[in-house]
Amino acid sequence: MEKKSNLQVLLNGIIKENPTLVLILGTCPTLAVTTSAQNGIGMGIATLFVLTCSNFVISLLKRVISDKIRIPAYIVIIAGFVTVVQLLIQAFAPEIDKSLGVFLPLITVNCIVLGRAEMFASKNKISASVMDGIGMGIGFTLALFCMGTIREILGTGAYFGIQLIPQAIEPMAIFKLAPGGFFVFGILIACVNKFSKNKPAKKRNGCAGCPSAAACAKASEGGC
Amino acid sequence: MKEFLIILMSAILVDNFVLSKFMGICPFLGVSKKLDSALGMSTAVIFVMVLATAATWPISAFLLAPNDLSYLNTVAFILIIAALVQLVEIIMKKYLPALHKSLGVYLPLITTNCAVLGVTLLNIEEQYNFAQSIVHAFGAGLGFMLAMVLFSGVRSRLEGSNIPESFKGMPITLIAASIVSISFMGFSGIVENLFR
Repeated sequence: MEKKSNLQVLLNGIIKENPTLVLILGTCPTLAVTTSAQNGIGMGIATLFVLTCSNFVISLLKRVISDKIRIPAYIVIIAGFVTVVQLLIQAFAPEIDKSLGVFLPLITVNCIVLGRAEMFASKNKISASVMDGIGMGIGFTLALFCMGTIREILGTGAYFGIQLIPQAIEPMAIFKLAPGGFFVFGILIACVNKFSKNKPAKKRNGCAGCPSAAACAKASEGGC
Repeated sequence: MKEFLIILMSAILVDNFVLSKFMGICPFLGVSKKLDSALGMSTAVIFVMVLATAATWPISAFLLAPNDLSYLNTVAFILIIAALVQLVEIIMKKYLPALHKSLGVYLPLITTNCAVLGVTLLNIEEQYNFAQSIVHAFGAGLGFMLAMVLFSGVRSRLEGSNIPESFKGMPITLIAASIVSISFMGFSGIVENLFR
């Protein structure tokens, strides 16, 4: 891998390797919490924080953690930061805690966090790892924000509490429900595929980011 | 008995873990290409879900909650699940090599499956007792299996169809999942009326 400047690493995570829309990692929170733009941002920022901190610590400890037990070690570090975020959000933004529900502790098993720890932080310098965490976090937040915006406007006719579509027109409530989540996500990925057509052939990043890629490749191709 | 049936049926049909709670989407999209791998993965998930619940519920109820340590639930549970999966794999390899051969490849994937951590956390959140938790975990696993098996059929049909270039791969799979999910919405309300 060629050396990249920190800025490039940061931008890489936001656009070129957007974790949600290009690498297709962390699908569960993407689909579950994007019923409104506000929830999307809340989840995105929580993940951004966890990702940056865990990348920092894992990069710091990369020589100390032995190779055999690295996955449990990473998970414990990540779970620690998730608990910190959970307590902070419960204290300062209880309504976000309520709407994110069980998905807040589930950041622990978000493929993005573990995937970046395994793929990037365990191999790169501390500064680059932190930048990667911030970039990936912003990319994730942006993707969630996009999905949340689409689903909120179509599903409720309002945006951040402001009525956009006149109330006389019935909003398409299905976009707020589970099927709408799958549908919007599918369409968004299709759009990204369409506009990035001139890029080099698709790599199977979805699987490479997964810590159990070896087992996964045996089980099936694609996915995480 | 009725209460258990309600928990079981609503976990399978109404609050299906994959299609309405969005947990375990990664294996749902990744391993549902063939029927036998979908079955293998979901059997392993049911197994680990029930075991993990049986291990985490007592620890939370008798160790963490009385000592005011409930905020450690996430850390403790993920550690227990990771250790458990490893342990199951070792035991299975030694004593049940045939089963290990068919389920073995799926086991390491399960540690990072959010459905397993999700079900253990939800059991605590919903304040289920031990028996209810086990039933809930079993139901959630069965629901996962139902969704996987149904979806593997849909996907094998997708393989041969003519799909627009930019929809190939993940997008069309997600849209198919959306349609399967709509069909599951038809079950809402069924449980209350079934056991009234």
